[in-house]
Amino acid sequence: MTVYGTDKRHHTLSVLVENKAGVLSRVAGLFSRRGYNIFSLAVAPSDDPRFSRITIVVDVASAPLEQIVQQLHKLIPVVSITQLPPESSKERELILATVGVGPETRGQVIQLVGVFEGKIIDVGHDRLTVMLAGDPAKVDDFEELLRPYGIVELQRTGRVALPKLTRTEPPSGRVLGFSSAHDTEKAG
Amino acid sequence: MELTGAQALIKSLEMQRVDVMFGLPGGAILPVYDPIIDSSIRHILVRHEQGAGHMAQGYAQVTGRPGVAMVTSGPGATNIVTPLADAYMDSTPLVVVSGQVATTAIGTDAFQESDITGITMGVTKHNWLITDPADIPRVVAEAFHVATTGRPGPVLIDMPKDVSNASMEWYWPGPGDLDLPGYRPVTVGDPALVRQAAELLLASRRPVIYAGGGILKARAAEVLRELAERTGIPVVTTLMARGSFPDSHPLCLGMPGMHGNYTAVTSMQRSDLLIALGSRFDDRVTGRVDAFAPEAKVIHVDIDPAEHHKVRRADVAIAGDCRLVIEELLVALEALGLPHSDATVGGKGGSPSDAPPGAEAVPGSPAAAHPRTGLAPWRDQVSAWQRDFPLGYHQDPTDGPLKPQFVLETLRDATPEDTIVASGVGQHQMFASQWWRFDHPYTWVNSGGLGTMGFAVPSAIGAKVGRPDKTVWAVDGDGCFQMTAQELVTASSERIPVKIAILNNAYLGMVRQWQEMFYEERYSEVYLSPDLPDYVQWAEAMGCVGLRVETPGDVAPAIDKANSVDDRPVVIDFRTDAFEKVFPMVAAGQSNDDIVVDPSLGQGGR
Repeated sequence: MTVYGTDKRHHTLSVLVENKAGVLSRVAGLFSRRGYNIFSLAVAPSDDPRFSRITIVVDVASAPLEQIVQQLHKLIPVVSITQLPPESSKERELILATVGVGPETRGQVIQLVGVFEGKIIDVGHDRLTVMLAGDPAKVDDFEELLRPYGIVELQRTGRVALPKLTRTEPPSGRVLGFSSAHDTEKAG
Repeated sequence: MELTGAQALIKSLEMQRVDVMFGLPGGAILPVYDPIIDSSIRHILVRHEQGAGHMAQGYAQVTGRPGVAMVTSGPGATNIVTPLADAYMDSTPLVVVSGQVATTAIGTDAFQESDITGITMGVTKHNWLITDPADIPRVVAEAFHVATTGRPGPVLIDMPKDVSNASMEWYWPGPGDLDLPGYRPVTVGDPALVRQAAELLLASRRPVIYAGGGILKARAAEVLRELAERTGIPVVTTLMARGSFPDSHPLCLGMPGMHGNYTAVTSMQRSDLLIALGSRFDDRVTGRVDAFAPEAKVIHVDIDPAEHHKVRRADVAIAGDCRLVIEELLVALEALGLPHSDATVGGKGGSPSDAPPGAEAVPGSPAAAHPRTGLAPWRDQVSAWQRDFPLGYHQDPTDGPLKPQFVLETLRDATPEDTIVASGVGQHQMFASQWWRFDHPYTWVNSGGLGTMGFAVPSAIGAKVGRPDKTVWAVDGDGCFQMTAQELVTASSERIPVKIAILNNAYLGMVRQWQEMFYEERYSEVYLSPDLPDYVQWAEAMGCVGLRVETPGDVAPAIDKANSVDDRPVVIDFRTDAFEKVFPMVAAGQSNDDIVVDPSLGQGGR
């Protein structure tokens, strides 16, 4: 098992599942009944309408990663699992935050959003709703710097990720974009 | 050909060569019960849906074919959750069909609605809610495929009433038509890992084969025997593996674990190599995990890779079917110089390859079956433990209370050696596993992982339905019997002549034992009474022959009488000693080194 990144507790799994009723419940149920902790979870249809992709950041303090992966593999609708270590994947997360602003702080918040290349997506008399998409560490920094202004509401999407592209090797044929070196072949 | 969904379901079961199913009808499943009248499938009407599930389990455990049960929605479905959970723990192939309210009513809290696919998600290998009648044949084929391949297990098909009533164009899917893109069970082991395992095995000096239920699931009893005989390695058989290796074989050490015998437990503890074949390091086998077999390397063969490293990190973990992997292992061992089978099987005529001069093995001894004399000191040690720490009990032949072990020994000796024994859960189960002699696979039916009280009566009925040619005895406790005894009405009306031996000690015996040993004899809610209910009258009211035995001298005659009845079930109420406890015992959470043997044997344990 690889331990990587700054935060050794959190590992990202990209799980390709059949796009059928109840699949998310099966995945979530597995985590709860086996006592595994989910740090974040994002679900959306994949490029193939038969499948959806669940990006799960798991807390491996609760169970060894290989146990979590093997148990996930046993779910019949789970087609493949890709482990995405930060050093060889591109991770992104989106944050929406509504911040309280006064006459003197409004400019500071707008400037902060500009520095982070975020967006202001809604404007009120004493509030701004801002948005930033970026790698999770950047999103953390942004949130931290916003906090002193008074966060009224905040929503983060949880991470999504894809394997990093290699430039040294010729492109290889990819089935559903899922034949990277980190693929775990399903068994059992 | 146009069929209703209900007809398509029954026809699909026929296509899967289902010969018998266990069930109980109700509102939502009503349409499916109509075509049963015209079907070749025998339906056995149970008195409670739990009984249907356990019967299907008993059937599956003795035949190796999937057991099939059918229930209605709501309470019918929830009543079969326990058998599903039981089958999931013990990897028993089961296909359960449940009725469901109409798709238009799902989610409205309709009469007898329950979210059974949601409820059973954690206790089935997979489940399906059918919403389109055209899916029925495909889903049934998928259900049987999933239940019986890979690590077997229970599946559930939920059939809404409107889907049963709708019509569809009949078809039968080919293997390529199954829609299971995420299901690819492994079968063959990785050759490189198998070779590593073979090398570890040949380098070991104190190896033990730790055979589990996977041996039986994989139909691997024969190759297991070949592996043991050709390598001379002793075998322990877990509760789920009893019968997978003959108890009378000189290399058989019997059952390990919390109530395992001293030799089985201790040889694993002292081992330098555990060869785990289809076993899963259950807490009842390992005791305290960090003190379990501290010097042993581990080869772990299991078809479910999630079992690898779950409890104990394996040195070589092989994902694969036990039968195929053992066959591969034998080939790898031969390549590394293990003599060919002709020379050694059964220990006849084998010339020990690395034997020192004059080290002639005694025919029939473990050493005779094995050319590797390097293991001789180990087998001697094991034999010494067997000699010094046998199982024991004391039965006063004329007077004094009747001992459960004596009943079991008498029963064992008075029945055919391939008798199928089913049991419930508790002291009687441990006594049965300890004192029966299992020499044939698929003759032991019990609830291992889940520990479901009340398992014996219905599972024995299912076993007898699956193997009508065999004598089937249920060894039950009085507490267990009261949980599912109503299924003897099913057995009487269907003419299924099972025999039930109740070891009636008037207590929830195993709980009583723990309260005696660990709760300062403060007996809390464990007393049941020996004669309330009156088991003989109850048996007779259910159409069975009822007998009562109170003294040692009456045991054998009663068993003979029971064995002579073949047109109805027989129940014998054996009034046994409430003070008798199951030994040896490793207390919960303790190291297997702290095994306590029967104090009456005078050795006082370790």
